[in-house]
Amino acid sequence: MTASMLPALPVLLPLLGAAATVVAGRSAWAQRAIGITVLSAVAAVAVVLLVMADRGGPVVAEIGGWPAPVGIVLIADRLSALLLLISTVVTLAVLVYAIDQRIVDYGRRTASTTFHPIFLVLSAGVSLAYLTGDLFSLFVAFEIMLAASYVLITRRTDATRIRSGMTYVIISLASSLLFLTTVALVYAATGTVNLADLATRVAELPTGLQTVLAMLVVVTFGIKAAIVPLHFWLPDSYPNAPAPVTALFAGLLTKVGIYALLRTRTLIFPEGHPSTLLLVLAAVTMIVGVLGALAQNDLNRLLSFLLVSHIGFMIFGLAVSDAQGVAGTALYVVHHITVQATLFLVSGLITRRTGTVSIDAMGGLAKRAPLLAVLFAIPALTLAGVPPTSGFVAKLALLQAGADNGPGTAVVAGVVVLASLLTLYAVVRVWVRVFWGEPKEPLPDPDPHDDLVVGTARTSMPMYAASAALVVVSLAIAVAAGPLSGITSRAGDDLVDRTPYRTAVLGNGGAP
Amino acid sequence: MTTLSLAMAAVVAVLYSVGFYLLLQRSLMRVLLGVVVLGHGANLLLQLAGGPPGRPPILDGSTDTAGMADPLPQALALTAVVITFAMTTYLLALGYRSWVLVGHDEVQDDLEDRRIARRRTVKASMGEELVDRGDEAGVDPGSAAASDDPVAQAPAGDRT
Repeated sequence: MTASMLPALPVLLPLLGAAATVVAGRSAWAQRAIGITVLSAVAAVAVVLLVMADRGGPVVAEIGGWPAPVGIVLIADRLSALLLLISTVVTLAVLVYAIDQRIVDYGRRTASTTFHPIFLVLSAGVSLAYLTGDLFSLFVAFEIMLAASYVLITRRTDATRIRSGMTYVIISLASSLLFLTTVALVYAATGTVNLADLATRVAELPTGLQTVLAMLVVVTFGIKAAIVPLHFWLPDSYPNAPAPVTALFAGLLTKVGIYALLRTRTLIFPEGHPSTLLLVLAAVTMIVGVLGALAQNDLNRLLSFLLVSHIGFMIFGLAVSDAQGVAGTALYVVHHITVQATLFLVSGLITRRTGTVSIDAMGGLAKRAPLLAVLFAIPALTLAGVPPTSGFVAKLALLQAGADNGPGTAVVAGVVVLASLLTLYAVVRVWVRVFWGEPKEPLPDPDPHDDLVVGTARTSMPMYAASAALVVVSLAIAVAAGPLSGITSRAGDDLVDRTPYRTAVLGNGGAP
Repeated sequence: MTTLSLAMAAVVAVLYSVGFYLLLQRSLMRVLLGVVVLGHGANLLLQLAGGPPGRPPILDGSTDTAGMADPLPQALALTAVVITFAMTTYLLALGYRSWVLVGHDEVQDDLEDRRIARRRTVKASMGEELVDRGDEAGVDPGSAAASDDPVAQAPAGDRT
């Protein structure tokens, strides 16, 4: 194997691992060991890819030896390597949490036949979505990822929860078919599906056709990323999955949509000036999401609405669409993947201590579980963007980009500040009602053998450790803000410039 | 750039509109049919992206490819057909599961959403319709009826 096949490993390893966990279905420990080993290996590969991409430009693997634009390429540039790294780290932490939750609930020796294979398949799909240099492979990556997520969200479901699972599956299928339509129309118009090749071919099309294709892309990925008029499915479906699954979905799936939007908007449909449509969508998403969160009483639904709101922040950077804005979005995605997954994991722990998801039924938890209080406070303040945290760093990058690009973006930058303040209000309100006040009796678990029915359950050290590890990662993002924003701003320059990506894929033939 | 024949464009348009119409239905069986029809529409469109129907397949060894069918959309459509087929099967299994669990295959409203919307209309007959949320929230029905009472709820929210 040569170094040039390195980008294939993050896809190949989890798929092989998934097959191995099916074979090792009888042994719980073998499954767990395979999952953790594979994801650690992928994280290591991601580090190598990031270093290689940052030092020497994008790393390209031609699958089957066919050169682009004919063959399928996998390409790791700074952006995809960085997101691959952070996603894999989060996935690994979630896997540790999930394994331990299973041990606490069912004992050490039992294993679930489907969980581990599906979890690794989902990871492979996410990696492929980040690395692929081909529009149709991106569709396949989304399908791998979503098919795995359908199984995870409807696995061992009951009468009240199957409804939300169905909504999720139907909406995702509809958006996938729209994506397929987009691929067909793009191919009909240009005769290629290679992203680097499309960069030049689409520019030659009539303006009207370009707009139609660009809008289709926004709608398709807008559904997947839950941008506000297309977000209704998210707060309905995510909270009904078990905590680790929700954490994984909230951390990764919407962000893969954002990544796809980022990649296609910068590479194929660059506007060169701030996009009014996206600016409006960003502002509406931020405000509607956070106001929705304020109305909620269910902790997980509240967090889901905050997730929708913060999708707006990422769209804002993308809407500004210069190198600075795109770099801000990249930094925000890195920060948000970590912090949102952490919050859902901690919410899982809170639920297990209080036996309810209803914030009204919680209270005075700080005395009973001080560690949990700290674990919730740090990511909550990070999400709101209180100064020393990674949220502040990411928001600062976005605000700078917004302030430097004329009055339109400056206004939306004001909305960013407003939405941040409302986020702070929302999380502080949760904090006060859950951790302070009169201690309330935990509600007993009506059915201890059903991990979907909410109720008190035991927690264990590794579950705390996995959540704490993610908190440390988000703090590390703040500490390493200098080098990290260096990487993201170089990534932003590359994305807007487009030449490094095109030359890496097509060779010199990619020059316009 | 490839252009479509009018007949084919009409077929694709009909498939899409029927597919999306069925997707908007309540019954999961109709939604499933919608996904099938919409999938056919998308795959047909993908096929047509390679050129008009009736062209000969590409031949090995032939250098003159003019007038031959573009093989790439066919390969893409083949992949997409497999994916839509698999998803249809999954949705069918899910519909069956829903039928076993719930007794029907209708996709229902989001209860929590309805409940929050109802907080606004406090005056409307409060007690009865909210009691049914008890088992869904995972608490016993008695206390759910008390804590979900919109009148008791709203001041609690304002106080904190």
